[in-house]
Amino acid sequence: MNIKILGTGCAKCHSLEKTVKEVVSNLKLDAQVEAVNDMKEILTYNILTTPGLVINEKVVLSGHVPNKREVERILMNAQSSEDKC
Amino acid sequence: MNEVKTCSCDTGSATALAVGNYKNRTRLLVLLGIGLALWIVIYYWLQPAADFLTYNVFKLSASSRLGSSVAFFIYDAPKVILLLLLIIFAVGVIRSFFTPERTRQMLAGKREFMGNVIAGGLGVVTPFCSCSAVPLFIGFMETGIPVGVTLSFLIASPMINEVALVLLYGMFDWEIALIYLVTGLAIAITAGWVIGKLKIEKYIESWVLDVKMSQAATTEESGMAFTDRIYYGLNAVREIVGKVWPFVLAGIAVGAVIHGYVPEGLLASFMGKDTWWSVPAAVVIGIPMYSNAAGVIPVVQALMEKGAALGTALAFMMAVVGLSLPETIILRRVLKWQLIGVFIGVVAIGIIIIGYLFNLLM
Repeated sequence: MNIKILGTGCAKCHSLEKTVKEVVSNLKLDAQVEAVNDMKEILTYNILTTPGLVINEKVVLSGHVPNKREVERILMNAQSSEDKC
Repeated sequence: MNEVKTCSCDTGSATALAVGNYKNRTRLLVLLGIGLALWIVIYYWLQPAADFLTYNVFKLSASSRLGSSVAFFIYDAPKVILLLLLIIFAVGVIRSFFTPERTRQMLAGKREFMGNVIAGGLGVVTPFCSCSAVPLFIGFMETGIPVGVTLSFLIASPMINEVALVLLYGMFDWEIALIYLVTGLAIAITAGWVIGKLKIEKYIESWVLDVKMSQAATTEESGMAFTDRIYYGLNAVREIVGKVWPFVLAGIAVGAVIHGYVPEGLLASFMGKDTWWSVPAAVVIGIPMYSNAAGVIPVVQALMEKGAALGTALAFMMAVVGLSLPETIILRRVLKWQLIGVFIGVVAIGIIIIGYLFNLLM
C-alpha cells in the first residue's frame, strides 16, 4: 500500500503524518508513507484543503486531521480491499 | 463516485452496523442532554459562586484593587470558557454542512458584486485553516471564480471568527458582536470587490495559471449522518478550545489587571474618540501583531472600560485578527508582492473607515 500525506508543512499536516505512521506500525501494515510538500504536486490531486491523505493514488480525506481510530478504520479498509480484490 | 471497487467487502456487516449506530445515537443524545443541563446550571451559578469565592473565601473587599481584579478574573474566565464550549460546538455542527468543495460550486459562475457578497458569507461558515489558503485560491481560480470574489472569501474567513464572536458576546453584549459581524463582512465584501475592479490579475504568480487540476471529482462527501455531525462539532470543540484556552486565560488575566489597577479615563487622552490619529495608529500597531481573537478581546474590553473609544478598539482588534502575518506569507506564494500590498492596504483602509465611523456614531 502506498500512502501519501499532502501538506505544505503546517502543524496539522505534521500531526496527520505522525498519526498515520503510528497506525501503520501498530497494525504492522505493509505500507510506504510519504510526505508530499510540493504545492504543484499536491494540487494535481485536486484538493482544496490540506492536509490530504492519499492511499494508492486515491484521495481518501482532506481538510481535517482524523483521530487515530478513524485512521485505523481507513487503513484497514484500504488493506482489506487490496487483499480481496 | 468510485465504482471500481466491485468486491463486496463490506455488505455483510451493514445491518449490524446500523443497529450499533442506532444505539450510539441514543446514548449520544442522552449524554448531550446531560451536558447541556449541566452547562446551564453552572452558567447560572457562576456569579454567586465567583462572588462567594472572592469576598468570603479569599476575604477580599469589593472596593480594593486586588479584589476587583480577582473578582473580574474568577467570574469572566469560566464564563468565557463555558460560552466557548457551547458556541464552538454549535458552529462546528453548522460547519459540517459546508465544505470548501461545496462553497466552490456555489461560487462558480456568480457575477462580481453578488459573488463577493456570497463569498463573504460563505467565508464565515466554511471551515478551513490558513495553511489551505493556497490550494483554495488556486482551486477557486481553476473554476473561473474571479480573484476579487476569491479574496472576499479569504478575507472574511479569519476576520470573522467564531471565537471572537463568542468573546464579544460574552464580555460586551450581543450588539457589539453583531456590529463586528456586519462590519467584518462589509470589509471582506468591499475589499474583494475593489481589488477585483483594479484588474490586477497580472500580479498573480504565473505558475498558478499553469496549474491544471485534474478535473476528476474529488472525494465526494455523501451526506454525513446525524451522529457524524455531532462528532464533528465535538471535534471542533476539542481542537479549537484546546488551542485557545491558554490565550483566553492570559487575555482575561491581563484584562483583570487593567480592570483593577489602571485609573479610569487614563486612556481617553490617546485612545479616545477625540484623538484623530488613534484609529490609524491602532491599525498600524495591530497588523504585524499576531494573536488570535481569544487573547485580544479581553484586553480590548478592559481598555474600553478605561476610556478607549469603541471604534479605536474595534479597529485594533480587526487589524490583529483579520490581517495576520502568517497568512500573508502563505498568500505570497500565489500573489506577487504588489498584490499583497494592495490586499493589505485595501483591508487596512476598510478597517480604518469602520473605526472612524464608530467613533463618530457612538
